[in-house]
Amino acid sequence: MAEIKEYNRERPGGQPANDWPAYASTVKRHPTRPPVALKQTLTEITGPTFADGWTGPEMLDLTKQHKGEPIGERMILAGRVLDEDGKPVPNTLVEIWQANSAGRYIHPNDTHPAPLDPNFTGRGHVVSNDKGEYRFLSLIPGAYPWRNTYNAWRSKHVHFSVFGPAFATRIITQMYFPGDPLLEFDPIYNSVPDEAARQRLIAAYDPNLSEAEWALGYRWDIVLRGRHATPAGI
Amino acid sequence: MSADAKLIPSATQTAGPFFHFGLLRPEWADLTHGGKAQGEKISLEGRVTDGDGAPLPDAIVEIWQANAAGKYEHPDDAQDKPVDKNFRGFGRAFTDKDGIFRFTTVKPGPVPGRGNALQAPHIAVSLAARGLLHHLFTRVYFAGEALNKSDPVLSSIDDPALQKTLIAEPKGKSNGSAVWRFDIVLQGKGETVFFDF
Repeated sequence: MAEIKEYNRERPGGQPANDWPAYASTVKRHPTRPPVALKQTLTEITGPTFADGWTGPEMLDLTKQHKGEPIGERMILAGRVLDEDGKPVPNTLVEIWQANSAGRYIHPNDTHPAPLDPNFTGRGHVVSNDKGEYRFLSLIPGAYPWRNTYNAWRSKHVHFSVFGPAFATRIITQMYFPGDPLLEFDPIYNSVPDEAARQRLIAAYDPNLSEAEWALGYRWDIVLRGRHATPAGI
Repeated sequence: MSADAKLIPSATQTAGPFFHFGLLRPEWADLTHGGKAQGEKISLEGRVTDGDGAPLPDAIVEIWQANAAGKYEHPDDAQDKPVDKNFRGFGRAFTDKDGIFRFTTVKPGPVPGRGNALQAPHIAVSLAARGLLHHLFTRVYFAGEALNKSDPVLSSIDDPALQKTLIAEPKGKSNGSAVWRFDIVLQGKGETVFFDF
């Protein structure tokens, strides 16, 4: 007999729907039937754990992965992985990837005419510490054009992949920058219905995190689903 | 939602088309630790297609499963069953240009469901891709398993055609291991059942 301490379901309006024609790639890819509501079982409340370091050496400094220094504005990107109740989520894998400061990804399918930087890959990962904290040194990514509509540009963003304690808590998302004028026109950012939930995706400039003569500090917390207080299914 | 929840959870956003270099972990497609895991080795493979039947060359498939004894490598699994030091239960694969993903893993054992129910052997799947603003969850079951009939999740789906979208079919052997085929259809004819939990 299994006692199941469930994770909270996602809040209405707090998550994007896949049927979102403003983002053209969704048109042929979104399911047409609503998902089947599944009562969480041991399968959903468990998931990969990372405390023992099996994911290998961390990649924290994206500015020192090559011979020389990449060009762009240095950025310290730090924050915590938390649950809805504000409790830290320790020992969970945080992976990031991003464009270089010219807005170009090292990916072979990104062929738009902005320069690659031989000194920048744009990949990092770390396992959150016992306070749920992560910290990377990187560059502020550039905005880049995409073909969603004529003359469309993506807001500056860093992609994040985060697991949390269970398969139910896994998310892949994007972090945006405060004051970016492109946000207003970005159908991916605007796919999140709830204004406060959209704001959650924007990092804060933090002068206390910035380091003098060195790097700008941006702080961004990732909030994963929390857990019901009482177990179910006994 | 618990009454004292204070913070708004982070919303998901698409992985976009350029994730490969960022999430690249080719060794994670083999969950058996080079064949050392206990249990029946299997190959799990399939094609991911869109509403036009076109393959997705840019999808991330992740799986989570119990070991051959039906035990999850996780502190919340309190069952008195053996863990397998060569089996973690998590895998990641990208689809190739033809939309195909492949994992080497073991056939999971049955795990408890809610109440007194026993769940048939199954593998949880998360799918992310360009064009998906939120990842999709589904489950892989295995054709011919006696427990399928009484599995609480499978049997909650009345339409046999829909149920079938969750059942992998045997497709012979490859390198001595049984191959199980599990195609994922995002939209339209044969659309896979996805779950919300």
